Amino acid sequence: MSVQVRIPTILRTYTDGASEVEVTPAEPTLSSLLDALDAAAPGIGARVLDDAGALRRFVNVYVDDEDVRFTDGLATPVPDGAKISIIPAVAGG
Amino acid sequence: MSTSLHTPAADLERKPGTPDFGPASGLTCRECGASYELGAAYACIECFGPLEVAYDFSGVSREVIESGPQNMWRYSCLLPVASYAGDERNLNPGMTRLVRADNLAKALGMTGTLWVKDDSGNPTHSFKDRVVAVAQSAARRLGLTTIACASTGNLANAVAAAAARAGQDSVVVIPSNLEPQKIITTATYNGVLLAVDGSYDDVNRLCSELIGDPLTADWGFVNVNLRPYYAEGSKTVGYEIAEQLGWRLPQQVVAPIASGSLLTKVDKAWREFAKLGLVDDTAYKVFGAQATGCSPVSAAFRDGHDVVRPVRPDTIAKSLAIGNPADGPYALDAVRRTGGAIEDVSDAEVVEGIRVLAETEGVFAETAGGVVVATLRKLLAQGLLDGSQETVILNTGDGLKTLDVLADLVGPTATIAHDVDEVTRVLAEHHARAALDADAPSQA
Repeated sequence: MSVQVRIPTILRTYTDGASEVEVTPAEPTLSSLLDALDAAAPGIGARVLDDAGALRRFVNVYVDDEDVRFTDGLATPVPDGAKISIIPAVAGG
Repeated sequence: MSTSLHTPAADLERKPGTPDFGPASGLTCRECGASYELGAAYACIECFGPLEVAYDFSGVSREVIESGPQNMWRYSCLLPVASYAGDERNLNPGMTRLVRADNLAKALGMTGTLWVKDDSGNPTHSFKDRVVAVAQSAARRLGLTTIACASTGNLANAVAAAAARAGQDSVVVIPSNLEPQKIITTATYNGVLLAVDGSYDDVNRLCSELIGDPLTADWGFVNVNLRPYYAEGSKTVGYEIAEQLGWRLPQQVVAPIASGSLLTKVDKAWREFAKLGLVDDTAYKVFGAQATGCSPVSAAFRDGHDVVRPVRPDTIAKSLAIGNPADGPYALDAVRRTGGAIEDVSDAEVVEGIRVLAETEGVFAETAGGVVVATLRKLLAQGLLDGSQETVILNTGDGLKTLDVLADLVGPTATIAHDVDEVTRVLAEHHARAALDADAPSQA
């Protein structure tokens, strides 16, 4: 399976400036996808996940239109062809 | 903790020389403390934490402030702006009235002095003019020619108007279900207005995704990539309250929570004033107010959590309908540190809050103001807020922006012919009804 990941500006140093990266996770889950992303762009995983392996507090990850905090977090299913978006949390207003 | 000085390449390329940000000395990550040069950056490269302006204040005194203009630029020496920011074309917001609210205090059974900081008096009738003014100044310093935002309505008004005043381009992105008043006013300023089918959080996501797209290379999203500067504008609410009270701090304040930023910046303003010796360092408590239909910060406070779990908003208080408030943890910190509390109120209570403020003080608040008044009442009933202490509540916007919530509840006392006898009859009936209503509680 192949999944498209949108990379925020502050992480594009890990992707040679690319705003989107296509990865092939071993398992159809967000956790596996992030492993595959880190393999494709070494170091990026540690920016998205904290030392305990959890999503950092100020990172929002969307699988298609769903914020994974409303679904199953890192266990959220990632179907073939899904679009993933990683975004710094911004307070809005 | 990293203390390295990062310089995002894109920002450096954009800078025309060294920008003048007045007393601002850099940007600091609120989470890990990493330092960055001043630029259009908003999230930490190390940990994604939000960046905040760091300062090196000098020459700040009451005299300097008092000799400034009767608007928020009197506090330029405390903001990330050049000393001449107020001379550039902008809406010159601030120095809104602080209304002594004796009638409301009496209605709520308070014996301490109650004040309403009424920010509906700003140029586009909400506190958002303050934050936009600082962000607009930052955009100028950074060479960003279009100002943009993701908005729940009040910010849309403020950005579109500020851009019109400055002759700038603007792009405002809103959820399509906003109050008609906020859409019409924004559209009248005639910038680009994009109504998105989705929630505010969807709009915010879209704008975050637009950052870094070549399309937006010259755009300053006031509440995204200019957010560190923008957020500092809210400090002026706190500065003004302290100055208007005669250079002192109140004992309690009740602020609405949407993103959580305003509450934290009022707290920050008072800590700065105390640290700089502009006021005595007296204790105060910070209280937060949310609508129950979007109360993730209130829920976290009640449950004793440090982390705010996002919700899907469903409330008439649309200006507070941010389901994923990134400054929520900092609002929790400020409230807990000062010994305050956070509560939430139903939509019916919000409307009642609007009405009691209007009926007792002649101040017509939008739904966010209704949330604050209703929360004040609830906190008093719970004994969490002390009615004998001096208290300031924040009204952040004008009731004319959210007329729909009252449309079915209020109207003319009577519709009559142009006839003196008709007036006499209707007033007699009206006074009789009022007398019955006044007696009703004692008969119950």
